[in-house]
Formats: sequence, structure tokens, C-alpha cells
Amino acid sequence: MSEKLKKERSRVGIALALFLGLMIIEKMKLISILNEHPIYFLPLYLLPYFISGYDVVRECILGIKNRRPFDEALLMTIATVGAFFAGEFAEAVAVMVFYQVGELFQSYAVGQSRASIKELMNIVPEYANVERADGSVETIDPDEVEIGDILLIKAGEKVPVDGIVRSGESMINTAALTGESVPRSVFPGENIISGCINGEGLLRVEATKCFEDSTVSKILELVEEASEKKSKTENFITRFARFYTPIVVFSALALAILPTLIMFVGVTTGALPKEIWQAHPPITWLYRACTFLVVSCPCALVISVPLSFFGGIGAASREGILVKGSNYLELISKLSVLVTDKTGTLTKGNFAVERLCPAEGVSEEELLFAAASAENGSTHPIAKSILLAYQEGDFVRRELLIPKETENRSGKGLIAKVEDSQILVGSGRLMEEFRISYSEEEAESATVCHVARDGAYLGKITIADEIKESSREAILKMKMEGVKEVVMLTGDSKPVAEEVGRALGVDRVYSELLPAGKVEKVEELLKSLEKNGKQEGYLAFVGDGINDAPVLSRSDVGIAMGGMGSDAAIEAADIVIMDDDLVKIPRVISIGRRTVRIATENIVFALAIKILVLLLSAFGLANMWAAVFADVGVTVICIVNAMRLLKR
Amino acid sequence: MKKKFECEIDCANCAALVQDAINKIEGVQSAKVNFLMQKFTLEAEDARFEEILTEAIRIGKTIEPDFKVLGV
Repeated sequence: MSEKLKKERSRVGIALALFLGLMIIEKMKLISILNEHPIYFLPLYLLPYFISGYDVVRECILGIKNRRPFDEALLMTIATVGAFFAGEFAEAVAVMVFYQVGELFQSYAVGQSRASIKELMNIVPEYANVERADGSVETIDPDEVEIGDILLIKAGEKVPVDGIVRSGESMINTAALTGESVPRSVFPGENIISGCINGEGLLRVEATKCFEDSTVSKILELVEEASEKKSKTENFITRFARFYTPIVVFSALALAILPTLIMFVGVTTGALPKEIWQAHPPITWLYRACTFLVVSCPCALVISVPLSFFGGIGAASREGILVKGSNYLELISKLSVLVTDKTGTLTKGNFAVERLCPAEGVSEEELLFAAASAENGSTHPIAKSILLAYQEGDFVRRELLIPKETENRSGKGLIAKVEDSQILVGSGRLMEEFRISYSEEEAESATVCHVARDGAYLGKITIADEIKESSREAILKMKMEGVKEVVMLTGDSKPVAEEVGRALGVDRVYSELLPAGKVEKVEELLKSLEKNGKQEGYLAFVGDGINDAPVLSRSDVGIAMGGMGSDAAIEAADIVIMDDDLVKIPRVISIGRRTVRIATENIVFALAIKILVLLLSAFGLANMWAAVFADVGVTVICIVNAMRLLKR
Repeated sequence: MKKKFECEIDCANCAALVQDAINKIEGVQSAKVNFLMQKFTLEAEDARFEEILTEAIRIGKTIEPDFKVLGV
């Protein structure tokens, strides 16, 4: 609890005690002189009134002076002053004291949820130990670390900036970033991400990024800014509040003036009997109008919705899911189509050469040598697997050649100029383009690379990819969370794609797509969601963030997997899953739905109570105590409800 | 230039009002008052940044006397 809050607490506490004391004296008629002259209670009641509410009155006067009168302070001041005039001293003070109690509780609750978000974002390293050229070690602020600095990270310390391990081996704890509790092993040459905690041993890490560009800073910025991208519900409430308050204030004004005016006209013209003044004195209407003013404050609405979404974003980030805005949490709760990439998302993406089928008169070594030389220097997973296969091949190895120039045919393969020959490595379609006949078996359920040199077919290399263990479970759970259709898009051949699709329970498979084709398919799917010009249900795309940017941005919600350390993925996606566990997707859907439900509960509850109290008080059935509950009590209940999201 | 400050703002509704008003100041490219994080972000012309910042705080205070920007 902050100092300011503590001061407030004692001030409001004193006022509350004084007020309750006075109430007892008044109700039990303890002091006779006061019973005879109830007006003497006025100065006594003014004491707790000013102790608790002097700042509200001050703010009200400042508001009028600055010509911005429409705020809570004004409403509360008018309402309480009105109640004093209506002779309801106790209620006037009650409104002010309980209003302040509510405000106090509200600041406390907001402070609490702010603190718990900060705590789960407690990944910011406080310091960095830099090893200088002369071998001395200096402790500096992570901000001051420069790229290329060698950092010493002891067991239990946080990695201050992103870097590469230069020496030392360890198990690092990535839980704060990914929600994954199993530690990850690191060794020299591995990338290491800021915010992780070194589990054991000493690591020497070379900084590859400054603090500002490191993963930790990026994540913090994302979470902080997430609450600025507002959900539809939130925008609705903000707009609503702009109308709600003036409407209630003007109805209060009408309630104070109109009945009295009508009665006045009625009595003077003789249409109404004079006795009506006794039955409905003007002061009653004034009192009812004041009750209106107390209820008119929109704070419960304005605070509870963003607080719910903030809680949802916090709950997600604790599990290693970064949601870049409240709006995405809202969209994902109404997800009906999930489009997924295959390689690296549903499958591990660790390709390995499974089989070599050289053409007649070509040796295995020759086939692999040609392919490996053409792919030499490429970082594509398929290229890497071919290079690895050559390194580990069971034959006499030659020094690999380096291609003079290469041309990537997106979705088809690679054309490379090696020495004086042209080598083609790629799909059947690439062979067709160059009119090279190739052998193809039916229903090949792995990726096939055909290889040709100077127009002569050398054979094919079969490369397989493993399915992730969690993919099947994840798809099943998504369906349980209300996803109607799971669609897989891949550049891979039809037989491979269909087998993976069947094994995982994917509803529809589109294969042999070029990157542009994926965008087209997503657009088609988006169109199919439209009914009568309105979109029903939303579409999300999941990919590993590499080469997915156009599809990610075209979808309603773009989800990137394995975001840890990948700037491109963090930039392009709306939701980033820090590790590569697909089960996080049904989790985030469920968090989204819970958040939206709690936000809706708060809106409905707050509005229902407010409208109810407004109606009742217009007919004189609710007093100011009910109004205080409708304002302060409702705010407190909404905050408590929103904070449920942060509970484990 | 874009700069982020810690700030004090007491209620969600006033944060929205303060933000709206600061955004209307001439020379402000974008201003955000984040109630939950208690952060104030101001993006404004480089040359007049200090001047605009002072004006923003002044305007903010007329709407919500408790609005405070720390570290200025």
C-alpha cells in the first residue's frame, strides 16, 4: 500500500468513526438538547463531511473554475449539498464518506492488480556483470550493456540481454517467459534470451542485442501497450459513459424541477388540490434528484471492462502467451475457423533425409553431392537436412562445391549454377517446368526432392518430418473450445499433407500452395464466414512466424508460435506463443472466453443495478443509501470480479 | 519525439478525459494516458517538445487536479 493510500485510509477512517458516532447519538436520542433542536446536528455532521470530502468539494470548485464541471466531484457535491438542504444530514454525510470508502477500495484493488501484473512481468533483470578486456568484472545497469560485451551470469541470476553462450553449460529456467516449467539446456554457440534464469554453473554470454531491443523489453512493452488496443466492449462502454452521465444528470434536473412546476401550475389553475403540496413537497423531489446524481457516476463501467481485459492479458502472459491487445482476446473468444501451417507448427520441422532413390547409373553419393552442392549455404530446413545427410553419408566424401548463383522458386525449389552446370533441386513441378521426366510413385507420404543436372534426372531424395506429440491433443481441445473447423495449408505435396491431416484430425487440407496461394485461401475462408454482409465468427492463422507475415496480417487474429527470440514473429503476429506448444492455443481461447464473460457480467450487473436504483428512486422507493451502493458497491464488486482472472 | 513517463492518475474515466484533451493540443502527434499502468506517453514535435509537455501537464491538471507526471 502506498503512502498516499495510507493517508487516505486514516482520513476516511476518522470521518467514518465520527459519522457512526453521530448516527448513534441521533438515533438513540442520547443528548436532549439536540433532540429539541435537530438543526444543531448540522455543524456536527459537517465535521466528518469535510474531513472525508474536502478534496471532493475542492475538485468540484476547481472544475467549475476550469469550465469542466461534468465530473464525479461535481455530482457528489451537488448530491450531498442537496441532501443537506433536504434536511437529511446523516445521508448527506453517508454519501460522501461511503463514496470515499469506495474510492479507497478502488485504488487499493487497482493497485493490487497492477502489482500482480508487474509481478508476473517480473522478468526485468536488475543488473549485468560485464567482463572487461583486462579480466576485471564490472556490475552495470542492463541499459548500459553494449553489443559484443561479454557477460558473466551466475547460477540464479537473470540473463540481462539477448546473447550467444560463449562458454559454460547450464540448464536455464524459461518459466517467466514461456510458462514452461521444464528447464532448457544451453551450451556454447546457443542463443540465450534475456529474462531467463540461469539454473546452474557459470555462463559467459556475448551480448548480441542491447537491452532496449532484447526480448524482455519487447515483452514488457507489448503487455503495457496491450491495454491500449481496446476491445469493442471497451469502446462501447467508453462511448456509453459519455451519454450516460449527462442523461442521468439532466433527468435529475428534470426530476427536481418538473413535478414541482406541474404542481405549481396545477394548484394555481385549480386543477389540483392544495393538499398536494403536503403529499409531495418540493424537497422530496430535490432529494430524489440527488439520489439520481449519486447513481450517475460511470466509474464502475469505465473501470471494470478494461480491468477484466487487463486481467485476461495478464493471465495469458503468465502461461507464455503474449496477447498484443484486448481486441484480439475478444476476437479469439469467438473463433470459428483455425487455419494452420504444417511445417514447424503441426510438425516439428526437423527434416531428415529418409531415403535416396538415385536414377539408373547414378550413385547415391553423386545424387547427394549434386543436391548438397546446390543447397550449400542455404538455411532452409530441407537444405540443411540434405547437407547433413551428405556430411553423415556412408561413403567417401568430396569437398562440397559452392554455387555461383542460386535462384529460389518459391514453393517449387531451387535452381543453382555450380561450376559450369545447372542443378535443379525441387518438386515435380520444377522438373515439369524444365521438361525433365522424373519417377513418381503414388501416395508418397513424405516430402520429395527431385534432383537434375544439366537436364539429366539424377534421382530423388525423400525427406520426412515428425508430427509434434501435442498437435493432436491441441486440435481436439480447440474443437472443445468451440472451433468449428481446423484447416491446414501447406506448400507440401498432397499425399504428405493428407496423411498429416488424417493423423491429426484436421478437417480440411489444402496442399501444394505457394505463399500467395495461402493468402488467397485465407481470403476465401474469410469470405465463407460472411453471412448477409456481416462476419460471423472469426478466423485465426497459426504459423511459426517465418514467411507467414502476409497471412498473419490478413487473418482476424494472427498467431505466431515459438516466438521466443524471434523478432519477426513478435512483430507480425497479434498473439505470440513463446514456446512451440500448440496446446497453448486452446488455452488462450479459453482465457479469452472467460475474460469476455467476466467483462459482460460486469456490464450487465452494473447497468442493471444502476437502472433499477434509478427507477426505484424516481418513485421514491429507494433512498440515498441504495444509491451509494449502486455507485460504490457496484464498482467494488466489479473490480473483485475482474480480479478473479488473475487468480491461479 | 516520443517519450514515456510514469504518471499519477486516479480514475479510469479521468484518464480518458485527460488523454482526449491532451490530444487536442496543437503539435501533439499522439498522447496516451494509461490508467492501469500509470504511464503517460507523449509524441510531439521535437523542437517544441518541452513546451508541449508543460502545456499537456497544465491542461491535464485543469481536468483532473490529481494528474501528475513524474520525473519532469
